[in-house]
Amino acid sequence: MNIHEYQAKEILKKYKVKIGEGLYANSAESAVEAAKKLQELTGTDIFVVKAQIHAGGRGKGKFVGTEHRGVMIAKSIEEVREKATQMLGNTLVTIQTGPSGKVVNQLLIAANVYQKGATEPKELYMSILLDRGTGKDVIIASTEGGMDIEEVAHSTPELIFKEFIDPAVGLQGFQARKIAFNLGLQGNAFKDMVKFVTSLYEAYKGSDASMMEINPVLKTSDDQILAVDAKVSLDDNALYRHPDLATYRDITEEDPLEVEAGENHLNYVKLDGNVGCMVNGAGLAMATMDVIKLAGGEPANFLDVGGGANAKTVEAGFRIILKDPNVKAILINVFGGIVRCDRVANGVVEAYKNIGNINIPIIVRLQGTNAEEGAKIINESGLKVRSAVILKDAAKLVTEALSA
Amino acid sequence: MSVLVNKNSKVIVQGFTGSEGSFHAQQMIEYGTNLVGGVTPGKGGTTHLDRPVFNTVAEAVQKTNADVSIIFVPPAFAADAIMEAADAGIKVVICITEGIPVRDMIYAKDYVKKRSVTLIGPNCPGVITPEEAKVGIMPGFVFKKGKIGIVSKSGTLTYEAADQVVKAGFGISTAIGIGGDPIIGTTTKEAVELLMNDPETEGIIMIGEIGGQLEAEAARWIKANAKKPVVGFIAGQTAPPGRRMGHAGAIVGGADDTAAAKMKIMAECGIHVVQSPADIGETMAKALKKQLA
Repeated sequence: MNIHEYQAKEILKKYKVKIGEGLYANSAESAVEAAKKLQELTGTDIFVVKAQIHAGGRGKGKFVGTEHRGVMIAKSIEEVREKATQMLGNTLVTIQTGPSGKVVNQLLIAANVYQKGATEPKELYMSILLDRGTGKDVIIASTEGGMDIEEVAHSTPELIFKEFIDPAVGLQGFQARKIAFNLGLQGNAFKDMVKFVTSLYEAYKGSDASMMEINPVLKTSDDQILAVDAKVSLDDNALYRHPDLATYRDITEEDPLEVEAGENHLNYVKLDGNVGCMVNGAGLAMATMDVIKLAGGEPANFLDVGGGANAKTVEAGFRIILKDPNVKAILINVFGGIVRCDRVANGVVEAYKNIGNINIPIIVRLQGTNAEEGAKIINESGLKVRSAVILKDAAKLVTEALSA
Repeated sequence: MSVLVNKNSKVIVQGFTGSEGSFHAQQMIEYGTNLVGGVTPGKGGTTHLDRPVFNTVAEAVQKTNADVSIIFVPPAFAADAIMEAADAGIKVVICITEGIPVRDMIYAKDYVKKRSVTLIGPNCPGVITPEEAKVGIMPGFVFKKGKIGIVSKSGTLTYEAADQVVKAGFGISTAIGIGGDPIIGTTTKEAVELLMNDPETEGIIMIGEIGGQLEAEAARWIKANAKKPVVGFIAGQTAPPGRRMGHAGAIVGGADDTAAAKMKIMAECGIHVVQSPADIGETMAKALKKQLA
């Protein structure tokens, strides 16, 4: 589950990871209130107004039809109002949102932390995530903060430092020190970084995060280390033990059809193609999407109805797929194991009748337990549904349906 | 010969008396698996499906000499169940459970590794050696006995592949469902290695998915060690980046874990890569014919 920057910073704060102070706002008024409070709290005269959406690249992203960015500096409280008004209710397009962009309804008002002082402020990079190859957590740090880390990894791999965490003992002191030395820090900044890494790892572990990325981590002019931005994903499978973090879910960030599918216990991902599909099992579902593509179509969705496909789940799946106006044909692909094909076939026929007015071709491929009985039910139903047993034949029927 | 499980395997079920455990235990017994008992804490001393129930895996091992365990316990307790099995001396632990927190699996994988236990899964359909032992949730009738080994991250796609192999006139030696989670006990490479060294296996089907580096690692190993033809498929050629496709591990994170990137490496390493999952069986038939010619 992805969460917003302001929520991520709430988690960091709880684990005593130093952050640049900031306050949440969802209107121009509350933005001004937040700025006033921040001024009292920190004495700052300069503020950063940050759009809160689940996508990166906000600083470079622009609001549709304007030159306004997703992260803007405000040099007075009045300017905070102005920038907030420019953002709220408008659509922000970044490199990660896709061309349609995302509507901004929430803001984070942050205090400026780049003051001039005894030393130059310096932007660093840090993230913690799972290394799938070793099955261990890895801390990635770099002297090149504020940039796209994949770019840094590509052009200057020697500036990226990795520290793998032994599952049995966790992050050790020598590792935290090594990271701080690798980042070229000294004095108070060094000490602060050791604390920062240690607390960040505790936050990562304690909240069952699947990824924490702090970019940039700032060494301030007075040699403090703090998180300026924070991107955090949480492990969905572990949310049951974090009821407080589960409330961070923002369904306005999700596709409405995906939300509806989730409520029906269906695993659905909306895509841009013209052939819908409904499959049992995630691997076979992806493979079915590939079959659609090879047959001349484009998959309109991923939909795994799971191991317990029945009339009810099939109908719910149908209804969700049919809500997508781009869908020109539907391929149902079920390999019956525990699920019996005749039951699935009955489910398809029943759902078809219940929904009515289905004007696009449906192809049902049933294989496995009671496949022949299933095909018979489909073929004798009198509905505009075609059946196949072999995957190749199903692909041919998709091609035919699209060219008809 | 066969790998991981055979007719001599003594199998116990953890989460024996739950609905999933009961259903699949019954199916495994009907298949002919040597299922010697089960574990449900608090129900020790009772009998279920005509088999003894134990409170702990340790007790089950002591009384039945079980060497294989299959786990059906809910996700919140599954990692604990894996470690209990490993601690009790079970040699092959097969975890079916889907939805285990990643953090729990980091600890469990480390724990079993240090004890030289083979963990299959989690989030997998299990392992089947046809006509000997089914330790999983797959429909047994699809897997006719033969000489083709299957390694797969996916459940139903494994059944699809097995069905095609059988229709092409062959059969299955052992099919290993390694699971679709980000952390799994036995990697693609390790499973392929088992089948490569199995004298009864003459060809291997390797089915992967988007996400992670397991297939690339396996491909490189195959290039250096292949003695038998390998047919490969990667599901998710049309999956968009950054979206999780059902399985927790099936997510494109960068340029090197897309289906196209994996298929490229696999082809370069001499694997017979199929673009369509409908061609798995035929391609294996051709590869075997070529081998003999």
